[in-house]
Amino acid sequence: MSQFAALLRKDNQPVRYLVVDDSVFARKNIIKMVQLFGGEIAGEAGDGLTAIAEYGRTKPDVVLMDITMPQMEGIEAVERIVRQHPEARIVMVSSVGYQENILAALQKGAKHFVQKPVKPEVLYEILRYVLSDDPALAGAPAVLAGEHRS
Amino acid sequence: MRMELIQPFINAADAVFAESLQGPTRIGDLLMEEQAYHRKGVAALIVIKGDIEGRIILDLAPEVALKVSAVLTGGGVSDSEQVVRETVCELANMVIGNSVTLLNDQGYKFKVFPPEIHMNDEGLAGSRDTEAMVLAIETACGNIYLNIAMHHLTRRRRERDTVPLSS
Repeated sequence: MSQFAALLRKDNQPVRYLVVDDSVFARKNIIKMVQLFGGEIAGEAGDGLTAIAEYGRTKPDVVLMDITMPQMEGIEAVERIVRQHPEARIVMVSSVGYQENILAALQKGAKHFVQKPVKPEVLYEILRYVLSDDPALAGAPAVLAGEHRS
Repeated sequence: MRMELIQPFINAADAVFAESLQGPTRIGDLLMEEQAYHRKGVAALIVIKGDIEGRIILDLAPEVALKVSAVLTGGGVSDSEQVVRETVCELANMVIGNSVTLLNDQGYKFKVFPPEIHMNDEGLAGSRDTEAMVLAIETACGNIYLNIAMHHLTRRRRERDTVPLSS
């Protein structure tokens, strides 16, 4: 049994994630974690350009985005996704965690940052936080379908 | 070679291995090596250029890489060359990413080039004219070797900004 209470949408459906990383290996690791949190994989992408297309196609609730990738890096992809979809919720996931990178990503519209190696409990809390400011999503296990926050 | 340039890599490697492999680690003896590097197994070579320049080699036996990959993915991976490459690459990216963060926070600016993976009979750029620090980090999956050759090219930005160029 998972040690994490499921993060669900307000309609009690699983949160849908788009996982973006050029390493298949890293994607598999992140997918394993979000499934542990009760999430569902809406799509995967190995570079920023594919991520933009996949976002439009799958309309995920949350994007987990690497920074250093071929063709188009994560920060540029964030900017383009947020420009087209201002409601996008993107969490950067990178091993490079220096301030310039984090600030650049946040300025382009990312909601949060988590450094690799990703600790499941850290990612869980960040996802709870990111989901909690969206009226369409629960973001916290205590908030169940049909409930409203004050 | 200055220890302040080497220590962030050792610290980052130790922290990354302990966290990602979910077990204790132990840093073995540190050795200085002046000869060209001889691989132990599958190696990732990462080059750094900027205020500091050099290269880091992360090296592990294929069977260790498979054990690491099983831990990182929760099992369910095939024993393929691709998995071994991906594992070594991912470990290298995590170690370098975390080291870069530490060095960048100290004021150094540099570019990190993507890891080149060397396995089978492929060669590996050596350290003919660079003294390198070699160490093994013992993990539950087996030893992971680091070979680090690094030197200052220019003073870090903080020093350039505060120290006058001439008296």
